[in-house]
Amino acid sequence: MLRVQNLNAWYGASHVLQDICLDVEQGEIVCLIGRNGAGKTTTLKSIMGLIERTSGNVTFQGKELLGHPAHERFALGLAYIPEERRIVSGLSVRENLRLGLVSSPNRRREAELIDRTATIFPRLAERLDQTAITMSGGEQQMLAIARALISDPKLVMLDEPSEGIMPVLVDEMFELFQTLKKGGTTMLLVEQNVELALGVADRAYVVDQGTVVHHASAADLLADADIQERYCSV
Amino acid sequence: MWRAPLQGNSMAGLSLELIGLQLFAGLALGSVYVLLAIGLSLIFGMLTVVNFAHGAFFMLGAYVGLWLLSIGVNFWICLVAVPLIVGGFGLAVERVLIRPLYGRGIDYPLLLTFGLSYIIIELVRIVFGKSGYPVDTPALLQGAVDIGVGYFPLYRLFVMAVTGVILIGLWLFLERTSYGLIIRAGARDPQIVRVLGVNIARVWLMVFGLGCGIAGLGGLLAAPLQGVIPEMGGPILAEAFVVTVVGGMGSLLGAVLAGLLVGVVVSITSLFAPEMAKVAIFALMAVVLLIRPQGFFGRAGLMS
Repeated sequence: MLRVQNLNAWYGASHVLQDICLDVEQGEIVCLIGRNGAGKTTTLKSIMGLIERTSGNVTFQGKELLGHPAHERFALGLAYIPEERRIVSGLSVRENLRLGLVSSPNRRREAELIDRTATIFPRLAERLDQTAITMSGGEQQMLAIARALISDPKLVMLDEPSEGIMPVLVDEMFELFQTLKKGGTTMLLVEQNVELALGVADRAYVVDQGTVVHHASAADLLADADIQERYCSV
Repeated sequence: MWRAPLQGNSMAGLSLELIGLQLFAGLALGSVYVLLAIGLSLIFGMLTVVNFAHGAFFMLGAYVGLWLLSIGVNFWICLVAVPLIVGGFGLAVERVLIRPLYGRGIDYPLLLTFGLSYIIIELVRIVFGKSGYPVDTPALLQGAVDIGVGYFPLYRLFVMAVTGVILIGLWLFLERTSYGLIIRAGARDPQIVRVLGVNIARVWLMVFGLGCGIAGLGGLLAAPLQGVIPEMGGPILAEAFVVTVVGGMGSLLGAVLAGLLVGVVVSITSLFAPEMAKVAIFALMAVVLLIRPQGFFGRAGLMS
């Protein structure tokens, strides 16, 4: 579904990604793990079109992505939930959800889709008309995820969803990922909490110093203390 | 410009009436500030562009109106045509001149629009001449009406009413439409709006055009009050900047309240000490900045 070949990216003059290669198949949860600064976030941003200078080949369902702006990649069915919770502070929960639909063909079914979201995310249902900023960090993250899912994207990219969130909500969130996977959603996940991530993922790529250094099934990686020690310990 | 107060009243009655009338005159003047300041504020809040050409767009509105009236177009059609023409020019300016400068910091578009305003003023001097022209108040809007405290020029009431309509329209657009939702969200977090599928470049284009169009309308409305000259945008731009600073950069509600306040301050000061009127604006700004550096409704750290 998503095929990344020899992806390179630069921030100004610094060459931050070097020949990243990875694949995500339909219905899979694939995880990128590695230390802070290894290039995981930049990989997601490059796939979404938020890095100005990139080269290589990134195809999604056979269509080349590089060179196209972020909004066109959204139209192909890519969703990206950035690292810091990016709920829009002045807007209500409902307006944040509507924002997820403004460019989607699903826009005409707005009321129905907000109802559907409220059933999947009961925490948001109670707070639809509340200003989003008044919610806890975990609820805001839930909202960011709900906002990305409301347009029925084909591939969801999540950057550090568990960061700074209380454990109860993290468990709830990863249960949600399991449910979404059963429903056929494809995910590319960046996560510091390796055990948790490998628990839901099918496969994982280990990223270090801007390139993929290891690739294995989640189960194998979970058992491989050596790799985890070498590339993931902080 | 407006009628002298009625003769023969007691001194106390006279000054109360005068202050009442002057208050209304201040609101009318403030309406013009508001029309300039909401565009400035919208453009800054959304694009982080400090538009130094905004006064030139205001002046252009007055001149486009002057020209349309001179070829026989009626004033009511001008009210629609002028903002469309000036707004269209604004679209071209954003697309061709300002867009290449995004991501290079706040000073590039500031310098560009500063230079652009001189070019626009010079072009107007070449086409229309250096001296100004008076503009007649439209026939239907001549005369004065009794507003309780005395007779007040009808045209000034009309300027206030048009401003009111524009503000209500803008509010409905921002609060009730999807496009408005995109603008409100995009002003706070352009990246998230992009990943949710919005072509942010097009939104910036439209916002710039919208702001310039409203400035053009302000110029047209101001023309019968003050006449037109090529330099008419300079002082009012300085005053509109004061309004956006007092109201809080990027805040529309702030621009409206501060615009009306500044108008009233100028108007009342000119009643008691005419020579202090323009200074009073900057004194007001200094006081507000000392007490509340981010302005009435500004978000702290917007530039960081």
